Amino acid sequence: MNDIFARRRQKLLAMKAFRDRQTHPDALGEACPHCGASSSRKALSAALYVCPRCGHHFPIGAYYRLSILLDPGSFRELGNRSAVFDPLQFPGYRKKLETAQRMTGLSEAVVIATGSIDGHKAVLGVLDNRFLMGSMSAEVGERVTTAIETAARQKLPLILFSASGGARMQEGILSLMQMAKTSAALARLDEKGGLYISVLTDPTTGGVTASFASLGDIILAEPGALIGFAGPRVIQQTIGQSLPEGFQRAEFQMEHGFVDAIVPRDRLRATLAQLLELHSKGGRI
Amino acid sequence: MSEPLSPSERVAVARNPGRPNIPDFISALFTDFFEQRGDRLCGEDAGILGGIARFHGRPVTVLGTRKGKTLEENLACNFGMPSPEGYRKALRLMRQAEKFRRPVLTFIDTPGAYPGLEAEARGQGEAIARNLLEMSRLTVPVVAIVTGEGNSGGALALGVADRVLMLENAVYSILSPEGFASILWKDAGRSAEACGLMKLTAPDLKRLGVIDEIVPEPAGGAHLAPEIAFAQLDQALVRCLTQLSKPSGAALTAARYQKFRQMGTVPIPGKEEP
Ligand SMILES: [Zn+2]
Repeated sequence: MNDIFARRRQKLLAMKAFRDRQTHPDALGEACPHCGASSSRKALSAALYVCPRCGHHFPIGAYYRLSILLDPGSFRELGNRSAVFDPLQFPGYRKKLETAQRMTGLSEAVVIATGSIDGHKAVLGVLDNRFLMGSMSAEVGERVTTAIETAARQKLPLILFSASGGARMQEGILSLMQMAKTSAALARLDEKGGLYISVLTDPTTGGVTASFASLGDIILAEPGALIGFAGPRVIQQTIGQSLPEGFQRAEFQMEHGFVDAIVPRDRLRATLAQLLELHSKGGRI
Repeated sequence: MSEPLSPSERVAVARNPGRPNIPDFISALFTDFFEQRGDRLCGEDAGILGGIARFHGRPVTVLGTRKGKTLEENLACNFGMPSPEGYRKALRLMRQAEKFRRPVLTFIDTPGAYPGLEAEARGQGEAIARNLLEMSRLTVPVVAIVTGEGNSGGALALGVADRVLMLENAVYSILSPEGFASILWKDAGRSAEACGLMKLTAPDLKRLGVIDEIVPEPAGGAHLAPEIAFAQLDQALVRCLTQLSKPSGAALTAARYQKFRQMGTVPIPGKEEP
């Protein structure tokens, strides 16, 4: 086997995941926004960035998420070009992109890769909220579409983790069109009988909700994740009253029929492994 | 064509209450319209008008967002902001069109999908996403026409088409200019400035490859001489449907896929930096 290469890949992912964690709550000394508890660096990291006191799930970086999910040495990143695309020549956008790249070490707001979970190979895409709020740029749409097309071509299951504030305003209508592009790619995957598991994490809103995030054969969510099309502030302005407790949270979405299961972060790998296993061939009848 | 309007002038014209709306287009361009109601799941949304009609004698499914003209109509249609029921009704009609091999014509004029409490609880995001997916694989011709303002996913949910037409002074964008300015600069008052940057006019969108054809309007806007706009749109639709009637269903969906697949990947002519 290609042990040396697997070890090298594992090391690379570990390095990228380590860099991710430089912006995680322990590194920033953040208190839990839900219960106010401040936890030690060690405790938070051991708990996969879930508040040990109240179970609040902190947002995590894309590489870190992959590092806690994938079998060691199985991570292979797909398209990761770091070209700066500014289709509308929007004032200040180039600089904003470059700053986001420098701050996060990411080239865009999504990482796509192949890897295996408990021996089941899959194509994965992970949106990263730290990069311009995980907003949908043309490059994000392109990478997500590439992930979908790769899954269809290689007959692999697809798992997409969403975390997005919605559209990338500076790319205007071309950001909007990524909703059509990714959804159309999912139609093709669907027709080929491909499995798509969508995992909704905090927050999943706007154009990502109104496209690929809502189209999974199976939809999972992390506890407490905000999931909706319109953001809470916009809704509040529209209806002129405050929103009910828990509105648009993962639990609300499950109650309203839009989520199959809420899975805490420490159960996610096992749950995905179970689902991939259930979609593999087998049985005697 | 006369002196072109500025982007913010076009936004004003696109929103002019006297501008032809979907009932006007249906009565001017189609015959034998039969309205269909309800999503067959839980409700009816008057914010989407749809049904079967004949276009130059050929049965078609026609549907689109409806704003209403009087205040009473505005309220009944929620000012053209559809709820999930509206999008699901649209999907039901489009699937039926496919069953009976009718082309689908959609009219888009909406401030956006309704951002309300119930709309969210009933899955506004899911309803829009589902339409995008299903429209991409309809095996009958689909033509979308942006007639007024086409804002956000609420507009795109009727816009995954083989041909996307735009009336000359219509606008099509990620969000209303007011919303855009308030998100980007926390100042809705800077909407005129946003209009200039957003590339929301028909000529801009044609250049970006987002739309296929611009339908000319009379000087000053379609509300000043609607019959001229109707005649122009009629010609354009005849041309589109004639072209789209030849390919097989599989060829249509393959071409539609490629059309949206390349959006945002191809360098834009004359816009690319060295
Ligand atoms: Zn806590």
